[in-house]
Amino acid sequence: MEKDIPVRRKRKLSNDHLTAIAFLLPSVILILVFVYGFISWTGYLSLSNYNTIVPDFSFAGLKNYFYLFNDFRFQADLRNTLFFTILFIGAVIVLGLGLAILLDQKLKGESIFRNIFLFPMALSFIVTGVVWQWLLHPSTGFNKFLIHFGIEPKWYTDTTILAGFKWGSIEFGLPVAIIAVVVAAVWQMTGFSLAMYLAGLRGIDEELREAARMDGASEFQVYRKIVLPILMPITMSVVIIMAHISLKIFDLIYAMTGSGANFVTDVPGLYMFETTFRGNYYANGAAIAIIMLLLVAVFIVPYLWNSRKGER
Amino acid sequence: MKKILGFLVLALVLVISACSSDSDSGKKPEKGGENADGAVEIFSWWTGAGEEDGLLALIDLFNELHPDIEVKNAAVAGGAGTNAKAVLATRMQGNDPPSTFQVHGGEELNKSWVAADKMAPLNDLYKENDWMDKFPEALIDLVSNEGNIYSVPVNIHRGNVMFYNMEVFEKHGIEVPTTLDEFFTVAEKLKDAGVTPLALGDKETWEATQIFENLLAAELGTADYIKLFSGEIEFTDSRVVSAAEKFGKILDYVNDDHASRNWQDSAQLVAEGEAAMLNMGDWAKGYFVNDLKLVTNEDFGYFAFPGTDGDFAVITDTFGLPKGVENVEATKQFLTVLGSVEGQDAFNPLKGSIPARIDADPSKYDDYGKDTIEDFKTANLFPSLAHGSAASEGFVTKANQAVNIFVTQRDVDNFIDALQNAAPDM
Repeated sequence: MEKDIPVRRKRKLSNDHLTAIAFLLPSVILILVFVYGFISWTGYLSLSNYNTIVPDFSFAGLKNYFYLFNDFRFQADLRNTLFFTILFIGAVIVLGLGLAILLDQKLKGESIFRNIFLFPMALSFIVTGVVWQWLLHPSTGFNKFLIHFGIEPKWYTDTTILAGFKWGSIEFGLPVAIIAVVVAAVWQMTGFSLAMYLAGLRGIDEELREAARMDGASEFQVYRKIVLPILMPITMSVVIIMAHISLKIFDLIYAMTGSGANFVTDVPGLYMFETTFRGNYYANGAAIAIIMLLLVAVFIVPYLWNSRKGER
Repeated sequence: MKKILGFLVLALVLVISACSSDSDSGKKPEKGGENADGAVEIFSWWTGAGEEDGLLALIDLFNELHPDIEVKNAAVAGGAGTNAKAVLATRMQGNDPPSTFQVHGGEELNKSWVAADKMAPLNDLYKENDWMDKFPEALIDLVSNEGNIYSVPVNIHRGNVMFYNMEVFEKHGIEVPTTLDEFFTVAEKLKDAGVTPLALGDKETWEATQIFENLLAAELGTADYIKLFSGEIEFTDSRVVSAAEKFGKILDYVNDDHASRNWQDSAQLVAEGEAAMLNMGDWAKGYFVNDLKLVTNEDFGYFAFPGTDGDFAVITDTFGLPKGVENVEATKQFLTVLGSVEGQDAFNPLKGSIPARIDADPSKYDDYGKDTIEDFKTANLFPSLAHGSAASEGFVTKANQAVNIFVTQRDVDNFIDALQNAAPDM
């Protein structure tokens, strides 16, 4: 049997395969160099002493990582990212699904609504950031209206940490200011999950629902027992896509709030940019990049693994 | 699998297009280098009103004097120079330096590009043009390292200026405070009257750091301020602690929404009379006069930050000569024009700064400019921390982080600790 294998392989290398390989090879090489090569280089930099503008590639071990995990700002970043991700993904799923179900009720002018909800997605995060910075400005924007009702939220300038307790050098809890940023991000990205859920809903055979109704299921039960389970793969995709956006978020926060007082709206992306290009701490910046890569990988790798199994 | 392949192909296309555009822009200067003199590429972040006009006036003047040399304005907008610095870092590290680039005099120059051995000394240029006594000695020191001079200062901005709304001061019967004690009395009086005593917009943090550096100068005096940043005095020094305490006290008198404002937004508070004072570099004068249409010494006045009368926080934009540029002679020609009286007087009135030379023509400047030119001649100069002259950019970044935390937490011990821990990076 073992001897058979090379023979079979040889036979498989038909002209078609050779052409395919020839066409793929340049791109494979380019990706190996420009994507994975540079990722490895960043990984090496994160273990080096390159923290001034003068290059110093000597090996530093995990020094930069220890520095970051002891750093107030980075601890705050991880906290903010955690809460931002949870709130953002939660809200995008609930709102997207809710709107999709409403739009799926065969109402008139559905396409108009669909477009209205999808429009924010056409904007860049920078535009969204600037607009919401004005809307949620504590002295202008919504507060000009809310003040008539005696409330004046401080939005993204609020430095309170809800349910906070001391952990490391930071106060761990939900930073109120991050909610303002979540509002802006959700406003922009809900249309995307709406579109995905709507497509999913359209893909469900009406017969399935009919059958459930024949069996005496209430409309609520139809959704809970039939529709939602069928939409599960879509929810998975939405979670993955939103998670990688929220873990890497930079532009929205850069345009809208910056790091915020006491770093209540800071995120690893901002820290990486500032420490690398403002402070010339290249190794620290590389370490942040690697940590971000690992965070995203936590979401992406199981997903890729799963979809690979599905394809087989 | 098809999807993944699709993505890969897309990624490849992006990579290739990115590469090709990169190599295009990389080649152009080389092609220019083959010409007789080659184009002089001037790299800066001067894209705003006033500053861009100044730069263009300077380029016009240069074109007049040297019609044979082509000039390319390679300004990068945004982020108060951060974006430009990121681009510059990439180009310098990739051995594709612009002919000359904007850099703040002081450690922003010395601790980075000079330390990295990427700059050529300009001692000969200074000698040829007889510049040694045309710039203040302290200023030449700021752009020198170990006896070599590395850049030509084009302008001076002052960082320890307090702007105030004259109407508000008059209405509440307030005299200009000259000491910190007087300042706090005045601030209390204004607060009681329902006016925000001091406008602050520290969305980008350096605005708050600037207040702290002026307090340091007030508490330490300029000589010890300089020693502090050369490492001869510790941050645990009682006077630094006292500056931090006063910093905390001043922050009790600022507007609540400071974290959502940038400096222009805070200047508006003063212009509208909602706030009385603003500590800002004197580029704020340009904003008051040109953008908000206010009149100097009628609508708004100015005085030195309390406790720093006779001191001058220097922020100076300078241009140097990177190693490895192809058109050294043409670039030196440009630097010569930049450092000449004509060059400085073409640039500065438009930019709203004062000339770095002490023999420029004061009649070309407005009242504020004339005043400041006079002060500059006699004042004790100290380099600004917030603008990268006093310490390396690494330290400035860490100091800004410490300030950001302090503004909310007001924990003096923590703040001093953070500064002391960052001190090795100075």
